[in-house]
Amino acid sequence: MLQTLFDKIWDSHLVARRADGRDLVYIDRHVLHELHGPHAFEKLAKTNRSVRRPDLTFSMQDHTIATAPGRDDSTNPDGTAFLRAMREGSRRHGIRIFDLGDPEQGISHVVAPELGMVLPGATHAVPDSHACTVGGLGALAFAVGTTELEHVLATQVLATRRPQRMRIRLDGTLGDHVGAKDVALRIIAEIGVAGARGHAVEYAGATVRAMAVESRLTLCNLAIEMGARSGFVAPDDTTFSWISGRPFASQGALWDRALAAWRRLESDPDAGFDQDIAIDCADLAPQVTWGTDPSQVIAVTGRVPDPEAAAPERRPSMRRALEYMGLSPGAPIAGLPVDRVFIGSCTNARLPDLMAAAAVVRGRRVAKGIVAMVVPGSTTVKRQAEAAGLDRVFGEAGFFWGESGCSMCAGGNGDRGKPGERCVSTTNRNFEHRQGADVRTHLVGPAMAAAAAVAGRIVDVRRLAEVA
Amino acid sequence: MMPFTSVTGIAAPLIRDDINTDEITPIQIARTPKPDYTELLFMRARRRADGSPDPDFVFNRPQFLRPAILVTGRNFGCGSSRESAVWAMLAVGIRCIIAKSMADIYRENCLQNGVLPVELADAEAEALAARVVAADGAMPFTVDLVAQRISGPGGADIRFEIAAADRTRLLEGLDDIGLTLKHAAEIAAFEVRALEERPWQQTVVDSRR
Repeated sequence: MLQTLFDKIWDSHLVARRADGRDLVYIDRHVLHELHGPHAFEKLAKTNRSVRRPDLTFSMQDHTIATAPGRDDSTNPDGTAFLRAMREGSRRHGIRIFDLGDPEQGISHVVAPELGMVLPGATHAVPDSHACTVGGLGALAFAVGTTELEHVLATQVLATRRPQRMRIRLDGTLGDHVGAKDVALRIIAEIGVAGARGHAVEYAGATVRAMAVESRLTLCNLAIEMGARSGFVAPDDTTFSWISGRPFASQGALWDRALAAWRRLESDPDAGFDQDIAIDCADLAPQVTWGTDPSQVIAVTGRVPDPEAAAPERRPSMRRALEYMGLSPGAPIAGLPVDRVFIGSCTNARLPDLMAAAAVVRGRRVAKGIVAMVVPGSTTVKRQAEAAGLDRVFGEAGFFWGESGCSMCAGGNGDRGKPGERCVSTTNRNFEHRQGADVRTHLVGPAMAAAAAVAGRIVDVRRLAEVA
Repeated sequence: MMPFTSVTGIAAPLIRDDINTDEITPIQIARTPKPDYTELLFMRARRRADGSPDPDFVFNRPQFLRPAILVTGRNFGCGSSRESAVWAMLAVGIRCIIAKSMADIYRENCLQNGVLPVELADAEAEALAARVVAADGAMPFTVDLVAQRISGPGGADIRFEIAAADRTRLLEGLDDIGLTLKHAAEIAAFEVRALEERPWQQTVVDSRR
């Protein structure tokens, strides 16, 4: 029988079907973080249950951790209780923790791939909606709630229903300064914030094949923003050479055996999908969100849309978004003055993202009055960036160069904008108040964020030389 | 888990699409692993720009301080996976959420906490929303999971569909981990088999140690 890659991974991890019809799917790697881990540890203690496979489980400190140099548990006082409870619970259960001060600490979705914890064809669970990020390596990842997290800790399986299958075929060569973030935003604009609800999404096509692993991670990161259960890219030689030699990846004879199995990880040529979508990326321009969800996005060359010209059911949310964002229909998005720029998060803070931003910044300065910050996705990324001199490029231009963590993506660590500020951000959610009370967020890719910082306004990075 | 058979009480209308979990329970305000969820629920939307309570916001109106049912729009609970966005509903007494559709993770989090998620077709959801707005908290609605029926003032009963497995689990208040642990032997057997067939998945070695 013909199978999609999703079916192959699901079926090879199916332990049993429960009496209530749910599938028990084995989880190969489980990564926790301090915002939700402590609750689950406490519930385990109450029910006198233990962690079944601490050896397949890892803990990260990322959501509430401060980014200031020399940080400790109390630099962000709101995070102290979370950091300590996570540390204590991880120790009690024998789970390796990437703690504050660890040379490999960072955002779980960045650290797990870069250390080789995530493998093609493996299953992965994280109590975080951006778990889907690691699908960029060909893993099937699940975002879980706190109760499910406790369930996976106690049983090493997830009790869930089989999602439907969607394929999104992307074709065309991306232009200069156009990357995976722009592609992902374009897809969400096409299918909507709930367009992939109930589906596991396989990204395919020439555009994806040409992408580096880091770009595939960015693409998959945004799968949840269209409501998908999971998003992934079938692994290929690009994937295998990227994983090879990473500390937690298999070595020697085991690597050879794994590699032979990974080469079979693809959808059968005529396998059927419940939904099949094709998007041409050849003429894609850098994208900028204008509204308060990631589907409210236009090309940087575009104008803010008019709700009255949209479908009636979309009008209320568009009007509300325009009011919150302080924008008028018909205004060009380029030229909009900004107050703050954030380059970071599980979406866009891997080394190539920082290099793309630094290439724009080099030899320029952050515009007067703009607060601009760069927060590397992991301490490893930070070290690599510093070895390449990127910290100096950003520092000399006037950017803050922070310690790794989720930072301003969700503001859980105290890094936030001020009320009314307009913030250009490489993150994943432009929701109201997400980056601080009344902060107006515009999502972009890293080069576009860098361009906004030096120009002091939203600008087409392809034409930056004309303005800054 | 708390079983769910039926709930009768005030239905609060929050008729908007794509309400995300950052709105329901903002994490920037959660300073401890155990915040006051009643206070956290829609904390921003409840206040005006000057910080004072917005008397027009549904959960600030006296008749909606202890609702049992929430009626809302499409894609409710999208965004972050935080389960606090369900715990905060329970904290004010909400046991059932009726929406045009719900985000996958949020719906799952409801099931895990004995909160009944009901998804209705657009026309039915809109008709019910109109009835809930008209009732304005003066008369109760009932959601009966046994009969799979919503009843209340202003119109006929509405039948709703729910997966049989989810219905059973809610009705019996089954402990999810307990259900799974009935398969403990199969989990152990799977691990033995996987170690043989795909040892790179069953073992993690830090090659530097």
